[in-house]
Amino acid sequence: MIPLSFYLIFAAGLFSVGLFGVLARKNAIAILMGIELMLNAVNVNLVAFWRYRMPEMISGQVFAVIVFAVAAAEVAVGLALFISIYRRRGTIAADQIDLMKW
Amino acid sequence: MITVSLIIFLIVAVITLGSALMVVTARNLVHAALWLVVALFGVAILFGLLQAGFLAVVQVVIYIGAIVILIIFAIMLTQRNALEIGSRFNENWGWALGISALVFAALVWAIVSWPGFHVQAQPLDARFDSVAELGKALVASNGYALPFELASVLLLAALIGAIVIAWERKPEER
Repeated sequence: MIPLSFYLIFAAGLFSVGLFGVLARKNAIAILMGIELMLNAVNVNLVAFWRYRMPEMISGQVFAVIVFAVAAAEVAVGLALFISIYRRRGTIAADQIDLMKW
Repeated sequence: MITVSLIIFLIVAVITLGSALMVVTARNLVHAALWLVVALFGVAILFGLLQAGFLAVVQVVIYIGAIVILIIFAIMLTQRNALEIGSRFNENWGWALGISALVFAALVWAIVSWPGFHVQAQPLDARFDSVAELGKALVASNGYALPFELASVLLLAALIGAIVIAWERKPEER
């Protein structure tokens, strides 16, 4: 059997990899992909705690479903923003979108 | 004790983490999106191992079927060539590496020092149907009906917002 700790350490690793992608990548779409990895790590944690702590209470899976909905909404709005920015400025490199920086 | 599920878990975990690393380091964005498919599929297999079959299916349908396709569409629409010009990392990537390693170390330390570290899963009751329970919990008034409805309102708002933001206005309308 797999102890709970394996899932938690795996999720911590996935979260850290996603965090590195968010902080270090230049392209805005690559940053969004890092956020997806982080959300997936959170979902693994939610489902693992549901299965190992109280499987008769379904809350962990409900939370994971809500995270799915939030991730879909976030990606839709984020990509629409990137396409709009690309149309006006011709780039989506995060370090060149500095219109609001002074 | 080494069991089949443990071997499957270790293989899937290594593949998922490796493809996650490829997602954040690949120079070609389309390749990064395809590695993201591998990583998300690995997470779906882990949901299956955790006996959350409905979430495994939802992971494949929503993440791989919808979100990654949307990301690939956006890459095609915003890159003249899929290769990024110049470095793919910004100048602060060393700091980012340090912060990520620090977060990972802190999380592992917090997990290891937690008393429930080595807890094993209790076998599920044979009559327990997690899909039916999930369906009831999502619509029951004493369950999660309100967050469920709020999620649908959020999706509607995101839908309208995405259309409005990405709408290409004609020059005379500006």
